[in-house]
Amino acid sequence: MAQKTYAGITVDVNDEGYFTNPSQWTKEIAMEIAKEEGVVLTEKHFLVLNYLRDRFARGEALSIRGINKSGIVEVKDFYQMFPGAPLKKSTKIAGIPKPESCV
Amino acid sequence: MSTEKSNPVKKVSIICSKGTIEDVYAALVMGNGAVMEGIEANLFFTFFGLEGIMKKRMDKLHTGIVGNPAMRLPGGARMPTLLGIIPGMEAMVSSMMKSQMDKLDVPPVSEFIELFVAGGGNLYACKLAADMFKVTKEDLNEHVKGIITVGEFYEHAGGEGAHIIFT
Repeated sequence: MAQKTYAGITVDVNDEGYFTNPSQWTKEIAMEIAKEEGVVLTEKHFLVLNYLRDRFARGEALSIRGINKSGIVEVKDFYQMFPGAPLKKSTKIAGIPKPESCV
Repeated sequence: MSTEKSNPVKKVSIICSKGTIEDVYAALVMGNGAVMEGIEANLFFTFFGLEGIMKKRMDKLHTGIVGNPAMRLPGGARMPTLLGIIPGMEAMVSSMMKSQMDKLDVPPVSEFIELFVAGGGNLYACKLAADMFKVTKEDLNEHVKGIITVGEFYEHAGGEGAHIIFT
């Protein structure tokens, strides 16, 4: 298993850089991963990140439809907030595994 | 560097030519999956595929149950083709498919199109098919960008790392 150091804390990640232990995540760490991904985090980003972490903690699958129904963010904004591959990027910054959903 | 990494797919143009649940969803899943990965995506609906973007029909698609050897009954036995001619059978099988998909968080067609467009995807209808079926812009979902010719489709489909998929 690989390790990476963010904000002075060493965390466990897989080959693609996704956290394997979400409890090691902090806000400061999120800011550093976001920087690597070219995203500047705002309060709204953190609302989304916390929503993703909550859903993951409850064992619920993540999907773009779920994001849309969450009431946290509209899909269009979600794409703009995490440009490129929004679900992959946001889960990486949220310190949870990459979603396996096709939708 | 591997060729997968050095020549990534940057754009897909997907042609949907059939109007069953599985055909339309295959195109939508591929298209939406593309925009989710940051890949530019065009969906072009032609012939019976037009049903997938017609306002009044898109959420009422059926799956074909006659002459479909992969159609199974609950439990896994093949569904005899003759069962398929019973009135209401096709509607029942179709609604079962839709409820299974809903459980997997696959949205109805109209909602799926909203998600796809919100992600930057483009929708087009085929001019020849629209003329043939007497379909006009008013019959189509509001997100359809236009009724275009094959030549225009190819223009939209161009670019480096661009691919065309026919379903």
